[in-house]
Amino acid sequence: METPIEVSGLVKTFGRTRALDGLDLTVRAGEVHGFLGPNGAGKSTTIRVLLGLLRPDAGAVRLLGGDPWRDAVALHRRLAYVPGDVTLWPSLTGGEVIDLLGRMRGGLDPKRRAELLESFELDPRKKGRAYSKGNRQKVGLVAALASDVELLILDEPTSGLDPLMEEVFQHWVRRAKQDGRTVLLSSHILAEVEALCDRVTIIRNGVAVESGTLDELRHLQRTSIEAEIVAPLDGLADLPGVHDLRVDGNRVRFDVDSAALETALRRLTELGVRSLVSKPPTLEELFLRHYEADPTEVAAA
Amino acid sequence: MSTLTGTRHVARLILRRDRVLLPLWVLLLAVLPATYAASFFELFPTEAERAAYAAGTARNPSIVALLGPVYGDSIGALTAQRSGFLLVIIALASLLTVIRHTRTEEEAGRRELLGSTVLGRHAGLTAALLVTYAADLLLGLVTVAGLVASGLPAAGSCAYGLATVLTGIAFATIGGLAAQLTETAGGARGIGIAALGAAFGLRLVGDTATHDWPSWLSPLGWAARVRAYEGDRWWVLALPLAATVLLTTVAYPVSVRRDLGAGLLPPRLGPATAGRALSGAFGLAWRLHRGQILWWSVGFGLLGLILGGAAQAAGRSLEGNAQLEEIMARIGGASGLADAYLGATLSLAGLAAAGYGVQAALRTRSEETDGRAEPLLVTGTHRSTWLLSHVVFALLGPVVVLAVTGLAIGLTYGLSVHDVPRELPRMVGAGLAQVPAAWVLAGLAVLLYGLLPRLASVAWAILAVCVLLGQLGAVLKLSQWLLDVSPFTHTPQVLRPQWSATPLWVLAAVALVAAAAGLAAFRRRDVPVT
Repeated sequence: METPIEVSGLVKTFGRTRALDGLDLTVRAGEVHGFLGPNGAGKSTTIRVLLGLLRPDAGAVRLLGGDPWRDAVALHRRLAYVPGDVTLWPSLTGGEVIDLLGRMRGGLDPKRRAELLESFELDPRKKGRAYSKGNRQKVGLVAALASDVELLILDEPTSGLDPLMEEVFQHWVRRAKQDGRTVLLSSHILAEVEALCDRVTIIRNGVAVESGTLDELRHLQRTSIEAEIVAPLDGLADLPGVHDLRVDGNRVRFDVDSAALETALRRLTELGVRSLVSKPPTLEELFLRHYEADPTEVAAA
Repeated sequence: MSTLTGTRHVARLILRRDRVLLPLWVLLLAVLPATYAASFFELFPTEAERAAYAAGTARNPSIVALLGPVYGDSIGALTAQRSGFLLVIIALASLLTVIRHTRTEEEAGRRELLGSTVLGRHAGLTAALLVTYAADLLLGLVTVAGLVASGLPAAGSCAYGLATVLTGIAFATIGGLAAQLTETAGGARGIGIAALGAAFGLRLVGDTATHDWPSWLSPLGWAARVRAYEGDRWWVLALPLAATVLLTTVAYPVSVRRDLGAGLLPPRLGPATAGRALSGAFGLAWRLHRGQILWWSVGFGLLGLILGGAAQAAGRSLEGNAQLEEIMARIGGASGLADAYLGATLSLAGLAAAGYGVQAALRTRSEETDGRAEPLLVTGTHRSTWLLSHVVFALLGPVVVLAVTGLAIGLTYGLSVHDVPRELPRMVGAGLAQVPAAWVLAGLAVLLYGLLPRLASVAWAILAVCVLLGQLGAVLKLSQWLLDVSPFTHTPQVLRPQWSATPLWVLAAVALVAAAAGLAAFRRRDVPVT
């Protein structure tokens, strides 16, 4: 089976701004791929290149085995897209927009359309201007999820949805995955990413800084240790991979790289441990580190 | 907190956003009367010449219909009348400015952002009105200064300037009220422009008929009735002032009663599924453009019925004046004068139809910047199909509008001269002859959109230049090559016995080449360009 999305060395500039600076991204068939990064990192630009809306300046981009710019029309019939800010025509109802987009894409499943409307609790009779932000997103989601396509490209699709609807969304993405569809999900909602994504790619300043499964990413991070020891502290500060060591009497706190965890724990037990708390890196910490730090530092860490 | 808290800040925001647009229309419209005065001083230095011109103007219903009555033969009176159409433009600019800063803001959700800060309930509307009032006042001051500087009496100039200011203010307030009635800026603009059209229609009927009472009912008729330079009836100025006060007292309670974002007229539910027609780029484009086409056709149809009915009077008014009759006989008798009047009317309709073409073509731009184009362009629809679906309406719209105008004129004019079979096809043909020039403007708008999307609205500036060249060309004695820049200069006078169709083919070809180039450029560029 072909790889739905293959991007390497993608460069896109707008005037003097270098929005994408050699981006790599691979999405495998049948997976839900999380696409993360701070605001302005280049997520939407990447997606627009994939959709054949923007023409890349350099790099190789393959989408469903074709060239997204040259084969745009043929490829578009095989994918559906939900932008982060769905805007509707003020005079058209939500139901009309769903049908219009579906028909233009080559038809949608009427049964699934009805199911989606019901589970998202969306009134399709309201005019575009009468919908709230969350309801506009629902219109986009129903239109995309009701169509029979191989690839779903979702650009922060749940912005404005309430937690209940977030659940419904996750249910439908899982169902799309069961049906064998591939999903590229750009998102800021970490719980959503953790619940849905098989693999994630984190981008920053137009470059992919990390890519892999969540477990793989966690593995690259530090565990924080808090311990009460019997003997006075000795020989811990010199260990490679130990960071931010703080000593308060016989209480110690430090962060340790995953690779050095075993050595550090052995040293602690030699000193005699009264109590020990170990915290694995949370997803938040993992992302915040990537969002805040300079990409070169992260790559070195 | 008072209901006006924060008005100053909103006003400053409006001034910041309009720092180019506002001075542009204020200054442009303010200097024109002085240029008219200067040209009259030069053209008619003697009283006899002025009297002849004034008499000729007063007898020409097409001029009176467009500009209003002339009340004397002084330079001031001639200038005041010549500036008659400026009032319409000032009124339009004033009401659109208010809507732009009230309902458009609210519809876009920006008003909500401001409303959450320390802002009184009336601050938004008040700021928009005050800025526009101030713009009108500034316009009036510059106008008066220009008129006095060109040598006209100060009292008359002040009366004229004040009449202009108060007309602008009255229509700004109409805009403020319209903005409270509907949910959409488009709807508010529609109501505002309909009010302006009704005022123009009343004034036109009153000024060309034997009794002028309809003009007294029209906010556009009051300025002329001040009789600036010819008696200066200051008390007439109380009418626009009273109208402004009245409209304000209506607009404010309405603005308080309704919710933010809502209008007075409640929204209704629509169909849950799309009809058969709504199934592709063209189906959607039809939905988006059909309302505009319908309302433009209704408006121009009504105007055509009125103007066509008035045309015969144009020919009649000359009977009994041997000298003028002799002149008219040379250009084709009484029917020749009616034809000249209808020809001028249709060329104005041509300019308006070009405006339709430009706005329909630029619809693509707002679809792109508002993010509605993207979801459509990734559904397997060709880019060219999507753009073409709008271009078709930019080209068809002027055809429909001008055909309806010609049809309506042909009907009432034909009835009044008892020859519908002859006049109906003639007038439809004369209307359609305006189409190619209007297409050129629409084609340029498509070209700009494809090639330089950020500058797409320059198409409006091009249309404004064409209007100015047509209106001022003769007055300013511009050279022919400059006038030839405007496609409208090349439209033949098809109501005259002899004319050539070649320019029509050339204009249509230019329009289509421009549109095709725009289409080709659009296929190659990034979307969206914001």
